[in-house]
Amino acid sequence: MTELVGLIVAKYNFWLYIILMMIGLYAMIAKNNLMKKLVGMNIFQTAIILFYVSIGYKHGATLPIIQGDHGGHGTHGAVIHAAEYINPLPHVLMLTAIVVSVATFGVAMALCVRVYRRYQTLEEDELRIRLSEK
Amino acid sequence: MKFLGFVIVCLTGGLLLYGTMDLPDWGDPASPASTHLSDYYIEHILEETRVPNLVTAVLADYRGYDTMFETAVVFCAGLACFLLLRDFRPKKDRYFRHIPTGVMLHVKNPEIRIIPGNEFEHMDREWVPSDRIIKTVCRILIPFIQIYALYVVAHGDFSPGGGFQGGVIFGSSLILMAISYNLKTLMKRVTEKFLSIFAATGVLIYVGLGVLAMIMGGRFLDYGMLAPLVPWDPGHIRALGMLGVEIGVGIAVMAVMVIIYVNIVSEGRHDEGL
Amino acid sequence: MNHMPAILVLAPLSGAFFSGLAAWIKPSFSYYIALAATLLSGVAATCVLGDVMAAGTVQYRMAGWAPPMGIELRIDSLNAMVLVLISAIAFLNLVASVRSVDREIPDRAPSFYVMYQLFVVGLLGVTATGDLFNLYVLIEITSLTSYTMIALGEEGRSHLAALNYIFIGVIGASFYLLGVGYLYITTGSLNMQDVAVILKQIPGSSSAVLTAFVLCILGVWIKMALFPLHVWLPNAYAFAPVGFARVVAPLMTKVMVYVMVRLMITVFGLDYVFNTLHLADIVVWLGVIAILAGAFMALFQTDLRKMLTYIIVCEIGYMVGGAWLGNTLGMAGAILHILNDALMTFALFLALGNIVYVRKQVAFSNLQGLFATMPWTMAGLVLAALSIIGVPPTCGFFSKWYLVLGAFEAGAYHFAAALIISSLVCAVLFFKVFEICFFEPMATSHGHHDYGGVVMTEAPVSMLVPLGLVSTAIVAAGVYAGTIVNTLILPFLQ
Repeated sequence: MTELVGLIVAKYNFWLYIILMMIGLYAMIAKNNLMKKLVGMNIFQTAIILFYVSIGYKHGATLPIIQGDHGGHGTHGAVIHAAEYINPLPHVLMLTAIVVSVATFGVAMALCVRVYRRYQTLEEDELRIRLSEK
Repeated sequence: MKFLGFVIVCLTGGLLLYGTMDLPDWGDPASPASTHLSDYYIEHILEETRVPNLVTAVLADYRGYDTMFETAVVFCAGLACFLLLRDFRPKKDRYFRHIPTGVMLHVKNPEIRIIPGNEFEHMDREWVPSDRIIKTVCRILIPFIQIYALYVVAHGDFSPGGGFQGGVIFGSSLILMAISYNLKTLMKRVTEKFLSIFAATGVLIYVGLGVLAMIMGGRFLDYGMLAPLVPWDPGHIRALGMLGVEIGVGIAVMAVMVIIYVNIVSEGRHDEGL
Repeated sequence: MNHMPAILVLAPLSGAFFSGLAAWIKPSFSYYIALAATLLSGVAATCVLGDVMAAGTVQYRMAGWAPPMGIELRIDSLNAMVLVLISAIAFLNLVASVRSVDREIPDRAPSFYVMYQLFVVGLLGVTATGDLFNLYVLIEITSLTSYTMIALGEEGRSHLAALNYIFIGVIGASFYLLGVGYLYITTGSLNMQDVAVILKQIPGSSSAVLTAFVLCILGVWIKMALFPLHVWLPNAYAFAPVGFARVVAPLMTKVMVYVMVRLMITVFGLDYVFNTLHLADIVVWLGVIAILAGAFMALFQTDLRKMLTYIIVCEIGYMVGGAWLGNTLGMAGAILHILNDALMTFALFLALGNIVYVRKQVAFSNLQGLFATMPWTMAGLVLAALSIIGVPPTCGFFSKWYLVLGAFEAGAYHFAAALIISSLVCAVLFFKVFEICFFEPMATSHGHHDYGGVVMTEAPVSMLVPLGLVSTAIVAAGVYAGTIVNTLILPFLQ
């Protein structure tokens, strides 16, 4: 029992993001309305972003911006310790992923506008009926 | 579909949870992710690039190749919205206001031509008289938002910020103009040609800086090679190179944000909507 | 310093933005810029292939940083071959597309060429890169551009197909991204070589590595449309504009197969994939199901274009199954089939494009009399079909030969049987089509048959020349199959 509690306490961030991801994934697969699917897609992608950002966290470390005197004379007063700053790489990767998800969302919105203009509905079952009657 | 979705979600979630078993604990400073590359970046970036904001340095220099494609993705999204939505067909119903009298004209025949000028003003179908307070407040706010956007772009090397953030803020100031006045007011000042040229030029600035480094004898995007071109402060050449590409990114993102907004909100007709 | 690896990606990238700018001066400029850019990248790719054959793996460090810190392009004999293939097909399709794009999307042609080049950039970048996260960004570029260009097709239906593709494509890409995340947590690196070195020190029983592997491979399978995950493909490719369908059909799925092979061999290592995990049998069965399902679904189609899209689904089964057989012959067959299948599918879709250009509709009832009115196009179609079926002088035979040999060596007789059954089904399919095409055209509006002079309505020369070149390439790839395997594929596998 204590083992399980220890496991949960040590890794609860991953578990939370996985639950969030699955909510988004379920909405993408099971919802009937295209806009709701899009919202599910956004939840899914945001959960992945949170997952990555949480990788970068280190206990006892601060933002990855070097503090103190760095006037640019080529000499640095203090030695930089890696333990003092959190990992910058996941933040960089997620900046890219955010941009990608925004771009995908924009394209999907544009397509929804076109579909609505043509069929006057965004419900999948109604769209299927429209397509079959042609 | 609902049941299938549930099964898929359970399987994927189970796999993901199973995978976390062997992951290091959250925030563990000794985990591989926080030691291998991360230590190198934290200890060497300031020395190698003179940029204290590590995220900017990794983004625009060590992984600058990625960021170039990221900007291309943004450009793609703007172009996609234009391609999918832009509607060039002439409108059948047009509305004009006779300025001296304030009488509205509803023109149904596309052959009747009225040239907007001092006498007639072209109106939108969904036109509503906009509120004077909102207009005035936004007019005062917009320049400040834009100055702040430029600050965020220019100061990305030292504090949180950079081209993407600054570009989005600048783009949102233009969108605010479209909301507080109307879309036509914006499109008169920031035309479609202007926006599309800006979007392409922004990415070309990025690619161009990289190619310039190639011409100067380095690898693609190796800003260190640009030193002979900048007579002052050769020590900060990498920081300057990053600033250059961030400016390019900012321009492209600003233009694309406005393109996406304008096309989606007016369904590609560019003169109706808000 | 050798800049060719960078140039082959950068040429279409900068070409895209220059075409966008030049369109404001004169719309037709954008086409010529696109042509020049893809040609330049083709030349660069050929140079890189030459370098690789002469001196082994070519590396290009972006921004001058050493690999695990920065991003590197890493080109060995496997991706050099795929790069040449991509740029050649992109260039030839651009030559062939100018007339059909002018007809299908006349007012947006310049934007189409910009998108087209970005799509090619994505494919080239995916193939050339040596970095796991860079691969994700470039996969997203190819996906975004293909969503958009698919939606330029038939009003309404193409938009729904593209939306469907977005939902499934995003799930695929996100799975890959999650897999890279798990890999990053366990190894702390993103460079493929570096990750591979670190993975060797991690015990094979690690659940995180297993999850990373399954997620990455699942993501790539969704993107390549392996059978149960294929639902987006037929509609998306059938409703896309011809100018785009012709490049996406041969390239997109094949590049994803390349990514799978790369992940299996370079990142995780064949030892991990086949000896630590025991998934190979299941995946070969998946391949068998994909082959049979693709072939039989193709039988029920009444439209040439839909039929060809299901043949793509069938061909993916060959490559996935072959790659998972677990021996060198199977892997070599799968890699050779990437090359051959791209050529065959491209030829089929070029011929299809010509027929669409002349006849507008390609339902089977519209195909009558094609042998008489479009003899050159039909010659290309027959050759490509023979290659798909696997008739000896053409290249399709040789990759199937390697796959069958690999299947016998691995004792996977069901895979060999599936290969032969699907060849027979393909033969039935194509002879059904040819039979229809061989009939005289239906009575003209005047009600009398004009047997004396059949009017030739062949496609324009700009569309026939690429078809001719690709047909030659199909035969050449067949004749030199042994050379390709011995000089490019086997050295990579050892």
